Amino acid sequence: MKSYVAPEYIVERDPDRCIRCKVCVNQCSYDTHCYDEEEDCMISKSENCVNCQRCATFCPTQAITIRPNPNQYRSNANWTQEVLTGIKKQAETGGVVLTGMGCDKPNLTYWDRILLNASQVTNPSIDPLREPMELRTYIGSKPDKLDLELDQDNGVVLKTKLSPQLQLETPIMFSAMSYGSISLNVHKSLARAATEAGTFYNTGEGGLEKSLYKYGDHVIVQVASGRFGVHPDYLNAGAAVEIKIGQGAKPGIGGHLPGEKVSEEISKTRMIPLGTDALSPAPQHDIYSIEDLRQLIYALKEATDYTKPVFVKIAAVHNSAAIASGIVRAGADAVVLDGVRGGTGAAPRIIRDNVGIPIEMALAAVDQRLRDEGIRNQASVIAAGGIKSSADVLKAIAFGADACYIATAALVSLGCTVCQKCYTGKCPWGIATTDLWLTKRINPDIGARRLAGLLRGWSLEIMEMMGGMGINAIESVRGNRLLLRGVGLTDKELEILGIRMVGE
Amino acid sequence: MVVTDILNRVPENLILKNNVALIDATGVYYRDLNDILRSLDSNGVEKVEICNVYGQRYIGTDLDGHISIDIYGTPGNDLGAFMKGANITVHGNVQDGCGNTMDHGQIVVHGRAGDLVGHSMRGGKIFIRDDAGYRVGIHMKEYLDKRPAIVIGGTAQDFLGEYMAGGVLVVLGLNMKGEIRHNARFVGTGMHGGTMFIRGEVRHLGEEVAVTDLTEEDFKLLKGLVDEFCEYYGLDAEKILESKFNKLIPVSSRPYGNLYAY
Repeated sequence: MKSYVAPEYIVERDPDRCIRCKVCVNQCSYDTHCYDEEEDCMISKSENCVNCQRCATFCPTQAITIRPNPNQYRSNANWTQEVLTGIKKQAETGGVVLTGMGCDKPNLTYWDRILLNASQVTNPSIDPLREPMELRTYIGSKPDKLDLELDQDNGVVLKTKLSPQLQLETPIMFSAMSYGSISLNVHKSLARAATEAGTFYNTGEGGLEKSLYKYGDHVIVQVASGRFGVHPDYLNAGAAVEIKIGQGAKPGIGGHLPGEKVSEEISKTRMIPLGTDALSPAPQHDIYSIEDLRQLIYALKEATDYTKPVFVKIAAVHNSAAIASGIVRAGADAVVLDGVRGGTGAAPRIIRDNVGIPIEMALAAVDQRLRDEGIRNQASVIAAGGIKSSADVLKAIAFGADACYIATAALVSLGCTVCQKCYTGKCPWGIATTDLWLTKRINPDIGARRLAGLLRGWSLEIMEMMGGMGINAIESVRGNRLLLRGVGLTDKELEILGIRMVGE
Repeated sequence: MVVTDILNRVPENLILKNNVALIDATGVYYRDLNDILRSLDSNGVEKVEICNVYGQRYIGTDLDGHISIDIYGTPGNDLGAFMKGANITVHGNVQDGCGNTMDHGQIVVHGRAGDLVGHSMRGGKIFIRDDAGYRVGIHMKEYLDKRPAIVIGGTAQDFLGEYMAGGVLVVLGLNMKGEIRHNARFVGTGMHGGTMFIRGEVRHLGEEVAVTDLTEEDFKLLKGLVDEFCEYYGLDAEKILESKFNKLIPVSSRPYGNLYAY
């Protein structure tokens, strides 16, 4: 069948600049470029290009330009290029249109319509460069009250037994990305950067590779419906355990690592045979209710002898607040909310772009509900899904989050250009791939440095913004919605977000 | 032996003699019971007998040694969840989630089992003398020398071996009279690995399952498991093996390979 799908991009090469060094040929994993020996010229097959910009970045003479294909169908607000292309693709394959990364539609973001406050004249601002700033955060269940006692020397002794806590030096953690969806070198980079920055990285559901057990104090191990690589040593290797119920990019559906990506290394860590599909069912089959969830939470607490906090991660959906209340009452130490813009290695595009709700709304509703019920202290709340700057982190914390998870931002710091083709397994940046030829493009030493640089940069920015507000501890920002104002939002939106309009 | 806090808290419920511990679980909360077991396990106790068990959950979870536990009564959900090496015999019925994500070890049940026997188990063996509930062996998997096995003496309910990715599942139907026809539906839905041996016929199979005859090698594997089963329950293996068995295998290791438009 002749395909009617037009190339998305056009690769242009400046013949005066091109030195025929073939760097582009070697860098592209989609076979876009080739060298014609007879003619001594470079040829580009635009139809293969995904616009990842790898060749353009590495071209020593900047000879390559990639542009959206100027041949566009007649413009139409409803029948857009994306809609038409999707339909043609489906007609030709009869399949579900896949995509990668988070939702790319602009109308689902609230962060940019929410503004932070700063001090002027009264409550003077603080200069974080010269005064101490506290970003340290503890994730875990906090007691309803503290019992204290004076000892013989009049020192204060804490009598309350505290639940296990994670200590974060900055309220930013690396979100779950499984080994298999991303490469070992990326996991190594994340583990090292988390260790260096005093924060945590999440394994995702693909298990923890043996060589990374040594970073266990900075690892959150995930238990998802596939239970891949989940065994007692794994559960005890990390500092916390996360039960994955859902993911913002694909609420309500399972995961599916295609057999092509289950290489020898992946098979070892996931503990499944080489080349078989790794299917994560949509539900966890031992959880059909909040009571069942409690059972798994406590099974994991038993398996780790009550030494580690247990997180429960859900996709932000319409009734997240009620669900989060159930999760807290089920005994979770932290609730993770993953908004509609959360990333993925592969998801049906129709689900990514149409299912779930923005993290801002879910976070505001959940925090308020837990406060109203008087159980907010019983669990930490972690916001995830589309956190793209330090301002988003600070706004999330002002909404009530204890910390944020980032993943897309972390990958972008490693080179990702958000081309949304992760599901092909051919990531030219060596990130979302298990092909050993490509994975070596990420050097864990450099990767860790880039990630740690990102965390440091964002942390400095958070301190600057806090200082500007006259606040010297992140604890004073947490749940302090007076620091936020909305712009261009309806009354109802402001009401749900629990914030005032700018100027009010 | 280091006697931990917990042993001091419930001394009247525990008798320790010659490295054998006897526990009276009457009124003991599951967390305390499992705490006692962990403490005994880490102190090298090799055999534990627990009587009057009424629904205490997670027995056998987080035990590292090769401790053997005899349970009298009805243990609660998630018996042996995430278990790594213990050897449990239940003189009674078990509830849901027996052997959930079990890694290694053995559970022998002299009675019935609830739903989700061996959910996602990756190693070890589970023997159920009588019937089991829904979704037995769901998402069982295997890797190299880790090949889990479940043998059900009676019959099992719908979604037997759903999403099965590895391991061996045997259903004997010993308590069924006349022509053996298991009433379960959607057996092996989403199956993409592993093997089921069913004595008799199945009412309704999932789309992803094929039925074949046993090879000589299959029979050897089945015989080993049936022999072991019969040893625990005092039954005649030869007689059981005379019956017709069906072998259920996945049609493909990639049942959902062509769902997507790339």
